[in-house]
Amino acid sequence: MTDMKLPIYLDYSATTPVDERVAEAMMKCLTLGGNYGNPASRSHSFGWSAEKAVEEAREHVAALIQADPKEIIWTSGATESDNLAIKGAAHFYQKNGKHIITCKTEHKAVLDTCRQLEREGFEVTYLEPKSSGLVDLDDLQAAIRDDTVLVSIMHVNNEIGVIQDIKAIGEITRKHKIIFHVDAAQSPGKAGIDVQDMNIDLMSLSAHKVYGPKGIGALYVRRKPRVRIEAQIHGGGHERGMRSGTLATHQIVGMGEAFRIAKEEMAADNERILMLRNRLLNGLKDIDEIYINGDLEQRIPGNLNVSFNFIEGESLIMALKDIAVSSGSACTSASLEPSYVLRALGRDDELAHSSIRFTIGRFTTVEEVDYATQLIKSAVVKLRDLSPLWEMHKEGIDLKTVEWAAH
Amino acid sequence: MAYSDKVLDHYENPRNVGSFDKSDQSVGTGMVGAPACGDVMKLQIKVGDDGVIEDAKFKTYGCGSAIASSSLLTEWVKGKTLDEASEIKNTDIAEELALPPVKIHCSVLAEDAIRAAIDDLKSKDTSAAEHKKIA
Repeated sequence: MTDMKLPIYLDYSATTPVDERVAEAMMKCLTLGGNYGNPASRSHSFGWSAEKAVEEAREHVAALIQADPKEIIWTSGATESDNLAIKGAAHFYQKNGKHIITCKTEHKAVLDTCRQLEREGFEVTYLEPKSSGLVDLDDLQAAIRDDTVLVSIMHVNNEIGVIQDIKAIGEITRKHKIIFHVDAAQSPGKAGIDVQDMNIDLMSLSAHKVYGPKGIGALYVRRKPRVRIEAQIHGGGHERGMRSGTLATHQIVGMGEAFRIAKEEMAADNERILMLRNRLLNGLKDIDEIYINGDLEQRIPGNLNVSFNFIEGESLIMALKDIAVSSGSACTSASLEPSYVLRALGRDDELAHSSIRFTIGRFTTVEEVDYATQLIKSAVVKLRDLSPLWEMHKEGIDLKTVEWAAH
Repeated sequence: MAYSDKVLDHYENPRNVGSFDKSDQSVGTGMVGAPACGDVMKLQIKVGDDGVIEDAKFKTYGCGSAIASSSLLTEWVKGKTLDEASEIKNTDIAEELALPPVKIHCSVLAEDAIRAAIDDLKSKDTSAAEHKKIA
């Protein structure tokens, strides 16, 4: 075995380590000898130099999604971008109507923003996805009303990794002249993005899911035909008035470099990561009573979300302490509800409680995947020996017929 | 979330895992919780003719704290009479395992489980007694 370090990181959809090349580019924008000027300073070379670095980064981000650099607005991350896009467009276009369509499996940054707009008098339709996790296009068509001003659908789901058919949705929204926002926090470098071909009007991006730093993101805002948003943060009028605040040169340069690398290495990264994902899947598939959550084909290469029936997710995570993963179990969150994403797919609470999300990335190795596979297999045996539900299942009792003393 | 050493010890080396024959007249079975809530505990006690709990076994579907609570409970009830066992409080379990507030429900479930097991055993006694009367 090579120099494998424990614990093994298999939570790349939560965040990623910053690529060394990205960190180096960032470090050049901080100290006295570096590019530390304020990009908004117009009166000296420190400002000009910082502005040049920011604009180069903007080009890299735009290039990955087939956009014009002028269409990229820097923000603090995808959550801010979602807020700016949804609130900004809803407020600007509210004279045309106050109806918004989104999906139940969206990230909380979208769902909670929509809840806020409901409190302000907007109406929101939350589409139920198919059991595969994909939005039913007929349902979307049917939900469109005369007063619908905005549709917000994510590109890649953070929990189950499924890729929505953004191009097909974009055709529908364009036909109806509805603003189309896409939360693409999870997709750069994993799923192809072409804002022209997909008819996207607004799109949220994040750096830290693609080997860039935390605390920086961007919003794509279409110029032709022009899409308008109301600013949420007011001040010095940076980013053409859409998002004020001094530009964080080092963060922006980091995001630019991360996106440049993503474009260059996407094909090779994805091929290797898919091989590792399939190796993990093959290693686990002999385990009895496991269920893959979400469509396996329409999915990014690095995601495997599995429910291990009759085992509770948090106890499984405890047994897997040498690997870093997340669970859809209630016990890992502040609320007492299991994953709302898995429930929206129609999964039973039991299976939602039993789910583990493995996400593989650029630095995952074959040794790590093999080690994780063995660990999971032995943990499943141990915890099923402890599980009264597994015992009942083995005795042929259908757990759905049991009357539980719920508490 | 950080677990106490005692929770980790019970989780890694659970005591008295297993099952007794449910139909045995000297065995009381308590099954509490629900899969949809994320925890189910099965606690069984085996009682001698003197009314003292000779042995106890458990199986638990749930988080580490739920497993530890039931494992600890099997250790505590052994050697106790039914009355003594029924006096075990969830707060005792929570204190012993240093459970954080969000995990207190695990200790509540353990207390429910021992009560359910005792009730099950007592109902068997009654029905056995009634059975004898009829016979």
